[in-house]
Amino acid sequence: MTEKVLMKGNEAMAESALRAGCRFFFGYPITPQTELAAYMSKRMPLIGGTYLQAESEVSAINMVYGAAAAGARVMTSSSSPGISLKSEGISYMAGSDLPGVIINVQRGGPGLGSIQPSQSDYWQATRATGHGDFQIVVYAPSTVQEMCDCVYSAFDTADKYRIPVMILADGMLGQMMEPVVLPDKIDFCDLPDKPWATTGHGHKRSHNIVNSLYLTAEELEDLNIERYKRYELIKQNEQKAEQFLTEDADIVLVAFGASARIARSAVVAARGEGIKAGLLRPITLWPFPVDAVKDTFDSAKIYLTVEMNMGQMVDDVKLAVNGKRPVEFYGRTGGVIPTPAETLEKIREINERIGE
Amino acid sequence: MSKEIQAVFAGFGGQGTLFAGKLMAYAGLIESREVSWFPSYGPEMRGGTANCSVTISDSPIGSPLVATPDVVVAMNQPSFDRFVDAVKPGGVVVADTSMVNDLGNRDDITVVGIPATKIAEEASLKGLANIVLMGRLYAAVPYCKPETIDKALAKCIPSKKVAMLEKNKQAIKLGMEA
Repeated sequence: MTEKVLMKGNEAMAESALRAGCRFFFGYPITPQTELAAYMSKRMPLIGGTYLQAESEVSAINMVYGAAAAGARVMTSSSSPGISLKSEGISYMAGSDLPGVIINVQRGGPGLGSIQPSQSDYWQATRATGHGDFQIVVYAPSTVQEMCDCVYSAFDTADKYRIPVMILADGMLGQMMEPVVLPDKIDFCDLPDKPWATTGHGHKRSHNIVNSLYLTAEELEDLNIERYKRYELIKQNEQKAEQFLTEDADIVLVAFGASARIARSAVVAARGEGIKAGLLRPITLWPFPVDAVKDTFDSAKIYLTVEMNMGQMVDDVKLAVNGKRPVEFYGRTGGVIPTPAETLEKIREINERIGE
Repeated sequence: MSKEIQAVFAGFGGQGTLFAGKLMAYAGLIESREVSWFPSYGPEMRGGTANCSVTISDSPIGSPLVATPDVVVAMNQPSFDRFVDAVKPGGVVVADTSMVNDLGNRDDITVVGIPATKIAEEASLKGLANIVLMGRLYAAVPYCKPETIDKALAKCIPSKKVAMLEKNKQAIKLGMEA
């Protein structure tokens, strides 16, 4: 077996990106994400890659746009306020069908907010990463190992569908260390061809154009419809979730990322008291794992989302449940981390109510 | 029920509390157990104090933030005062009495005080009070096999710094005997 190493989530995501063939990183420092950029600044020059600290997040995302247009595997990372600054560029990437990986190590918001862990960019990531008709794929890892694995496969997903992919992490996951097995380095020969990339044509082919400006409405409509067909494919193929003790669960908790770790502890404690609780953990937030939610219909009497925000995922769970069961919420916000004990208290309260 | 130990290491910035926590985390890693290490990085760090939470377990770890520790290593009075009340009954606090004068009055936990800073300085191991405390912690709560500690030190200290590794081993020994 490959050796396990102890790494911070931020560092593991950086190393994983390098192993996935990322050779361009453009960023701007912000807590609690900075170790990722620092790691890239150390490693990129040693392996012939490019690390560039831009003068702002806006510049960084436009550099990502440029490198992606040239066909490179490219990444940027930031934390909540910085992602807002990048949102225009992300929309341009989506409108130009450019693959790239964007990491958000969330902190409390809105505004400059706090620097503590939070999940309050759920809506931004899954609904409106920028203006216009588009979606991006969003992964929500909950361990350092999964952060590493998600980043690695994010580059493939981005290339496969020509779509920006976001890793939605948070300050807890970014700062913590856990044992991790790093993936093998890819062979650059295995990377997919990008016949659309602007690589220089040498008068041997017609030139490629990467662009998101279409002044003819009908042309843009056709492109958007084509893109939404691709989104349907992504919904069919890319949903990911983990079920934990949901098979016979009356109360199904739904939680992602850091809060899923806390929800899991609460579920284990509830089971210890004879309460039939389970956890459904979305790993992709877009596409939302609606099929996994449907799998829990047989036993679930009620759903409880547990989040580090004011309840942003509740809507998606309600859409998946489609009125068949009640959906409740427990969470903390502003950078406060909920405890397993207070989550268990909420489970107990629900259990008493549904038992009546 | 699975075995789990939750620890908090706390002190001023620069005393090496994050490193001490890392040493314990590596010990868990070497023995192929579940491990998490989570540092304070918030406003409190700006105030000059630093702490980290470490959990070693036989089952997947939930929150890496330790709210009710089994053990605390406290390197100054504010850290001792902040965490002593959170310790689980039956738990252990190891304090550097060169820095901590008031060891509180809880009688349901074990409080071990050693003058770690003084011990380190007298042995020409200035700056290794954190490791002396780690030796004392191990004597009170053997959370891994004895030989694992040396291996964990070797993981935490760059291989180029052989002399540093030897000093750390000596500091552990002094702590165990203190």
